[in-house]
Amino acid sequence: MPGHTLKTEEYFITKEPYFQPVGEEVQVFEAAYRQQLPVLLKGPTGCGKTRFMEYMAWRLKRPLITVSCHDDLTASDLVGRFLIKGGETLWVDGPLTRAVRNGAICYLDEIVEARKDTTVVIHPLADDRRVLPMDKLGELVEAPPEFCLALSYNPGYQSVLKDLKQSTRQRFIALEFAYPVPELEVTIVVQETGVAPEQAAHLVKFANMTRNLKGNGLDEGASTRLLVHAAKLIRGGISPVTACHTAITQALTDDAEMLTAVNELSSSLF
Amino acid sequence: MSRAPLSVSAIQDLLDHCLEVEFSFIKTETPARHLARLPRADQDFILAWVKRLASTHIQLAYQFIERTISVLSALDKGIIEAWAVHAMDIYDRFGLRPALIVIQEVDDFMRQARERKQGTVLAQHARVLLHFLHGLSGRELKLEEGAQAYTDTESVFLPAVISTLETPAENFRIYKVMAAYFWAQNWFGTFRAPLMEFVTQQARPEEFQARFHRLETLRLEACLRRHLPGLYRDMQGVAQALGTAPLPLAWQEAASAVAQPGVDVYAVLRICAAQADRLPPCPPAFYQGAFSLEQVARVQAARLAQEKARFRHALYKLQSELARETAPPLVADAPEFRKQIPEPGAGEQLETMEITVDDKPVPVPENVKKLMTSIIQDLGDLPDEYLVPAGPGEYDPALLGEDAIDPDEVWRGTYHEEGAFLYDEWDYQRQHYHKNWCAVREKTLEPTYDGFVTTTLHKYHGVIKHLRRTFEALRDEDRLLKRQFYGDDVDIDALVEALADTHDGGEMSERLFTRMHRTERNIAVCLMVDMSGSTKGWINLAEREALILLAETLETLGDQYAIYGFSGMARKRCEIYKIKGFDEPYNELVRGRISAVEPKDYTRMGFAIRHLTQVLRAVEARTRILITLSDGKPDDYDSYRGRYGIEDTRRALIEARYAGIHPYCVTIDQEGRDYLPYMYGPAAFNVIDDVAKLPLKISDIYRRLTL
Repeated sequence: MPGHTLKTEEYFITKEPYFQPVGEEVQVFEAAYRQQLPVLLKGPTGCGKTRFMEYMAWRLKRPLITVSCHDDLTASDLVGRFLIKGGETLWVDGPLTRAVRNGAICYLDEIVEARKDTTVVIHPLADDRRVLPMDKLGELVEAPPEFCLALSYNPGYQSVLKDLKQSTRQRFIALEFAYPVPELEVTIVVQETGVAPEQAAHLVKFANMTRNLKGNGLDEGASTRLLVHAAKLIRGGISPVTACHTAITQALTDDAEMLTAVNELSSSLF
Repeated sequence: MSRAPLSVSAIQDLLDHCLEVEFSFIKTETPARHLARLPRADQDFILAWVKRLASTHIQLAYQFIERTISVLSALDKGIIEAWAVHAMDIYDRFGLRPALIVIQEVDDFMRQARERKQGTVLAQHARVLLHFLHGLSGRELKLEEGAQAYTDTESVFLPAVISTLETPAENFRIYKVMAAYFWAQNWFGTFRAPLMEFVTQQARPEEFQARFHRLETLRLEACLRRHLPGLYRDMQGVAQALGTAPLPLAWQEAASAVAQPGVDVYAVLRICAAQADRLPPCPPAFYQGAFSLEQVARVQAARLAQEKARFRHALYKLQSELARETAPPLVADAPEFRKQIPEPGAGEQLETMEITVDDKPVPVPENVKKLMTSIIQDLGDLPDEYLVPAGPGEYDPALLGEDAIDPDEVWRGTYHEEGAFLYDEWDYQRQHYHKNWCAVREKTLEPTYDGFVTTTLHKYHGVIKHLRRTFEALRDEDRLLKRQFYGDDVDIDALVEALADTHDGGEMSERLFTRMHRTERNIAVCLMVDMSGSTKGWINLAEREALILLAETLETLGDQYAIYGFSGMARKRCEIYKIKGFDEPYNELVRGRISAVEPKDYTRMGFAIRHLTQVLRAVEARTRILITLSDGKPDDYDSYRGRYGIEDTRRALIEARYAGIHPYCVTIDQEGRDYLPYMYGPAAFNVIDDVAKLPLKISDIYRRLTL
C-alpha cells in the first residue's frame, strides 16, 4: 500500500495517542496555550516529550508541525525561501511560516542543535508580539490565537556549545519531563506493547539499573522509549536477554566493558 | 645460519660491564661459564634481559642469570619475560627484597601464571564488575582486591584470582555471583542489626557466627532468587559445576523459614538462636566468603555519623533555598521537613522516600537522594532526628568532608599518593613502563597583581594591534558560497546568466543559489609552560610576555585554549600548575596567574605531557594541539636526565599522538635541534634564536601551525 501523502499543515492527529501524565503537564500546557504562551519541554531523550506534543495536538485539535532540528538547520529552513520555477522566482513557505499562517502547533525538536540564527526568528514569535518577520519578502505574519510554539531541549548534554541562551529560554513556560516512577512506567510499557506486567516490571527494573550507571560510564540511562522497543521485541518472540541486549544495551553504549556489565545485569534479571 | 656461541671470556666481559663489577664485586665467572654452554640464541636472550634488569638493580640481574639458566629448558621464553617484568614491577612498588623473592621463587610465579591462564583475574574484570555493582543500585560500592571475599559496607573485597572452575568464563560467573551476594548483604540489610553485639553475647560466639552466616546467606539467596532470577540460575549452575552437596536435612526447615518474603535479619538472628541445637555445622556456600563484623561496625559507625551531618546540612541548604523562593511568611516559621513513603512496597525492597514540607513533596537534589538511599540502607528508615536541618555551628564541619584535599597539605606529612594522578613512565633500558610511577598533582597558581600585564600590553601595543588585524582574518566566518545547487537565497547573477542561456537555446544551469557556509576552526590548544628553575630571569619574563601576547591573539581567534605550567622534583612530586583551564574565561584572574608564573624546580616532561593529554582529550574539538614552551632538555633531580628523560618524553609524545593530539614544541635551547627531531619529529618544533623574540614570534608560529 502506498503511503498517504499530505501537507504538513493538514496533519491532524485523529486517534488519541497514548499518553500517561505524570503531573499537571496537560493542564499547564492547555493554560499556556489559551494564554498564547510558548512552551519549552525539558527532559532526557525518550521520556515522552514528542508523544506529549502529539497528545496535546490531538486534545487541542490543531495540526502538529514538527521540525527536528539539526546542526545545519538555518533560519531559511524554518521561514522559507525563494525557489526558481520556469525562469521565475517563487517563494515557498518553510514549516514555521506554514504553522503560523494556519494556526498550527509548531514543535521544534532539540532546538539547541539548530544554528544560532534560528533563534532570531523564534524570538518575536515567542514574546507578546507574536509575529513572524520575513525579511526577504518584506512581510510580517501575525500569528493567530490558535498558533502555538513549542521547543524541546535536553539539558543533559552539558556542552557549552549546546546550551540554550538565556534570552531564548526566558521567553518560555518550561515543563520538565523525567522518567516516570516505576509503577507508572510499567503501566506505560504494558499499554504500549501489551507485554505481560511481570516482564514489564523486569524491564523497568533493568532500565533503573542502567540509570544508576549514568555518569558512571553511561552518558544516559535507558529511556522509556527503549523499554518499549525491547518489550515489542519480547512480544515478537525474542528472548528477554536478547531483546534487552539489542534494543537497550547496544543502543546505550559502544564501550566493550560497559556492554559486558550491562549484559550481566540484564541476564541477572531474566 | 646460526652464529657461534659466545666464549666464556666474552660473556664475562659483557657481564662485568652490565653488573658494574668494579663497584659491586660480583663474581661473574661461574655464571659466565654456565652461559657459555648455551646456544647463541639463548645467550642473546638472557644477556638482553640481564641488561634490562641491571638498569633496575644489579642484584636482580645477577640472581636472574642464576635462576634462568636452570629453568630455561622447561619454560617458554614468553613466560620468562613476564617473570622478569613482574620482578621489576615488584621492585618499583615494594623494593629490592620482595623483587628478589620473585626471582628466586620462579616456581611460585609459574604456578600463579598457570592459575591466571585458566582462572579469571580480578584486575581484568574489575571495571565490568564495578559497573555491574553500581547498576544493581544502592550505595555505590567500591571494588577491591582482598585476601578474603567480604564487604565492609563501603567496598566489596574479592580474591585476586579465581581458578576453581576450568574455564575463565565459568570463573567469571563466580565473581559475578560473589559481587551480587555482597551487594545483597548491603541492600537487603544484613548489617542493620548490631551483629557484633549479638555474636559476642552468645555462649559460643564463633559457632553462632558461622551458623548465622550460613542462615543469612540462605535468606539472601532467596532474596536474590526473587529479585534477580537470572543470577540465581547462575548461582545454581556454578554450585552444580562445583558438585556442591544439597543442604543437610536438618537445615532445610530453617532454610524455608528464612526464605519467606519479609523475613529480615532480626528474624534470622531469632531463628539462629532458637534452633541452636538442631542445626549442626553446615558447609558454607561457595560464594559466601567471610564476615568481617568488626570492620563493618567501624565503617558503618563512621559513615552514619558523617551521613547524618551531611544530610542535616543538606536539609539546611534546602531550607534556605525554599525560604528564598517563597515570599517571607507572616509567621517567621521555618518549614518543617517530613518524610513520606509514596506507596508502600513489598517490604524488603527499599522504599523510595520523599521529603515533604506542608505535605508537598520537595524536589531533592541528586546527591541528597543518594545520601538518603545510603542512610535507609543502613537503618531501614529515615529517623526523625535526621529531618532536623542543621545550620552552621550545629554540626562538626569535619564530618562533612566536602573539601577536596589541598595539594599542598599532602606534603605536610610523609610522602603519600593520596589524591594524586598516577602516570606510568617509560624506562628505555628496561624497555618497559614503571607502573604508576609519577604522582602528579594539579595546583592552581596564586595570582599576582603587580602591573606586569599592563606593562607588557603597553610595551607591545603596536604588535598586539597588528596581531589582532592578522588574526581577525582567520576568525570563524560565514562565507557566502555562490552558484550552489541548493541554498538560502537566489543567486541573481547566476539566474540572469542562466536566463540568458535559455534564451540562446542553451541548457539552464541548476546552480542558482547562494549559501552561507561557516568555516569552523574548531581547535583546542593547550600550552604547556616550562616552570623549571632554569627559566629564571630573562626566559621567565619572555615566557610570561609570550603568554600574554598569545592569549590576546587566541581571544581574537576564538579558539579554545588552556595554559598549564609544569615543574617537578623527583617522581613523587610532579606538579602541574593550572593557569587557565579550557572552561575559564581570559580575565583578570588568569592574567594575574600569568604574572605569577615563576621558576620552580626541575623539568620532568613525561608526566606533564601525559596529564595534559588527558586534559585535552576531555575537550571537544576537531583538532587538538599541545604546545610546549621550554628552555631545554628534560631533566630532573633523580635519574630523569640524559637519554632516560628524552626517551620517556618521546614515549609520552607518541602516546599523545595515539590519542589524536598534535604535539609541538617551541624552545629557546640552541641545542634543541640535536634532540627535538627525535622527540617531536622533524617538523614539529621551532627553535628561537633570541629569547627576547619569543613573545613576538609565538603568535606567528601559532598562526602557521593552525592555518
